[in-house]
Amino acid sequence: MNLFDGNDWPRVLLPLPVVLPLFAAGLTLALARRPRAQRTISVTALSIVVAATIAMLVLTDRGNGTYSIAVGGWPSRLGIPLVADRLSTLMLVVSSVVTLAVLLYSLAQGVADGEEGTPVSIYHPTYLVLSAGVSNAFLSGDLFNLYVGFEILLAASYILLTLGGTKARVRAGTTYVVVSLLSSMVFLTAIALVYMATGTVNMAELSVRLREVDPDVQLVLHLLLLVGFGIKAAVFPLSAWLPDSYPTAPAPVTAVFAGLLTKVGVYAIIRTETLLFPGGQAGDLLLWVALATMVVGILGAVAQNDVKRLLSFTLVSHIGYMVFGIALGTAAGLSGAVFYVAHHITVQTTLFLVTGLVERYAGSTSLDALGSLAKRTPVLAVLFFVPAMNLAGIPPFSGFLGKLGLLQAGVDVGTWPAYVLVAGGVVTSLLTLYAIAKVWNRAFWQEPQEHTDRDEVAGLATATQIGVRTPLGMLAPTAALVVVGVGITVIAGPLFGISDRAAQDLLDRSPYVDTVLQGGASGGATEVPR
Amino acid sequence: MSPNLTLVVISGVLVACGVSLLLERTLTRVIVGVVLLGNGINILFLVASGRPGRAPILSGGTTAETMSDPLPQAMVLTAIVITLGMVAFVLALAYRSWQIDGHDEVQDDVEDRRIVRRAELDETSASYDDDTHETSDEEGEGISR
Repeated sequence: MNLFDGNDWPRVLLPLPVVLPLFAAGLTLALARRPRAQRTISVTALSIVVAATIAMLVLTDRGNGTYSIAVGGWPSRLGIPLVADRLSTLMLVVSSVVTLAVLLYSLAQGVADGEEGTPVSIYHPTYLVLSAGVSNAFLSGDLFNLYVGFEILLAASYILLTLGGTKARVRAGTTYVVVSLLSSMVFLTAIALVYMATGTVNMAELSVRLREVDPDVQLVLHLLLLVGFGIKAAVFPLSAWLPDSYPTAPAPVTAVFAGLLTKVGVYAIIRTETLLFPGGQAGDLLLWVALATMVVGILGAVAQNDVKRLLSFTLVSHIGYMVFGIALGTAAGLSGAVFYVAHHITVQTTLFLVTGLVERYAGSTSLDALGSLAKRTPVLAVLFFVPAMNLAGIPPFSGFLGKLGLLQAGVDVGTWPAYVLVAGGVVTSLLTLYAIAKVWNRAFWQEPQEHTDRDEVAGLATATQIGVRTPLGMLAPTAALVVVGVGITVIAGPLFGISDRAAQDLLDRSPYVDTVLQGGASGGATEVPR
Repeated sequence: MSPNLTLVVISGVLVACGVSLLLERTLTRVIVGVVLLGNGINILFLVASGRPGRAPILSGGTTAETMSDPLPQAMVLTAIVITLGMVAFVLALAYRSWQIDGHDEVQDDVEDRRIVRRAELDETSASYDDDTHETSDEEGEGISR
């Protein structure tokens, strides 16, 4: 078998985003006593991953559209394929850029706060494992390998969330771990049942074989998978864990979680809805769930008086937009959802990073304690303002374009539930603007309030040092992400082009299925019943 | 394929016990619940592997027809390892919780506790920015707390 023949050579890149961070994680663990070496290795590994994923996106989009590789050289039906199509490579690019930026931010924070060699020697290996897990989930062409990818990233996230083992983190971590364990169990049950019904867990093959399964059994499998992924993506009835557990973690950890972990769930829902169970069996259910997620999430955000919790609620709320796009099931809807995921990963991560800077500067994230930050630190104000307006969907930012795409897709579908969802989307957008404006007014514009509620603030304060000048090393990655967020607006045309083509591929299914079933390792042409 | 009834029943009982333990407040019971739930699902994989057969090793006259399905076994092995790791982590978490608080009960959400407290005090949310009323009685209660 020659990997380099013909037009298929880009598939040698496929294992890189998974293998390289794992390898680097091992190295950094071995070098636990040498923080400088750890830093160099982590940054190098993740930089290479960024370069590789960008190359993969360009090659996939210009080339065949889908590449698959059978890991370990097993024939594609026995082994575990890694599959890269436009959707997964786009997700990989955005996630790897965000991961690298957050890593740089946390390095600067560690250096500035004098944490050299102190308990965080475990931080680098764990962070790299998290990155590997996310990449594995995005690339997996096998349901069980997807489960393994989820477990890799979850195991790393447990450790990052409870870093240092303080009281607040142990409490929040406990909820998070138990809920995540439960969702994994649901997913595992679904895998067992899927195997029972079809005799395979290869996603390409499943998409063929599941059609022969009894529709009622299909529905059970479908709903089980949706519940499992729904908990991870934090869609409404299953979202209560998120605003409780995220805000207590260190700022960079919250930022990377908010950007990536829920989106992995959304990605899995996209695959379930398009590849495994096309035909929109659960379309109506997902529509209402999306509405509830948007509205309930944003109402929760409006009621908050802590910036981190408020942002966590907006995170839940905006997952609703993505589910909305998926539920429509049209090419325009899927394309809008994919674009929105790319936009939202960047923006939400940036906002949490800026909040970390604010907390570091002012010593709190409670709106009662903050005030007149725009005067005291104009740089932070600008860094907050741009992504915040982006999140709220003010033109010309990408948030506006993403929402516009989704709402247009909703209008095109034209059924009455779709119109209700469009209305819900508009209301959510306005309420997001309201919530964000509240943060802006009270934290950045107004004078600080007289009485502050110290005991409530204390629970969420995680900054290690307060009131010192914001180090450039933390400012630069945040600013870079702000620029990337604005840059998505600039390249929105080509990006929508990619997401449109990704949506076409998703609906068509045959590029994915054919590539995996035929293109694997040595196996000859396989017949794909249509 | 007709599933093995014994295995199905065992799996069901384990999952039921696991779920009821998961609903407990104490983390150690939750851990036992996770273990039971995990084992119940692992047995479900054994049901999925169909009829029993010889060890899936191609020697000593074992053919594809007489061997059992190796794929679910591989999956179960992976799942067992993962569950083991997770349980170890939750145990550490329970121990840490006991170190800090003297118990390992899973506490309520910060928000829930705050709402309960406010409800007891009959107070409005702090995020409710009452600008219109200059003579707010909110501050008095804020101090009395």
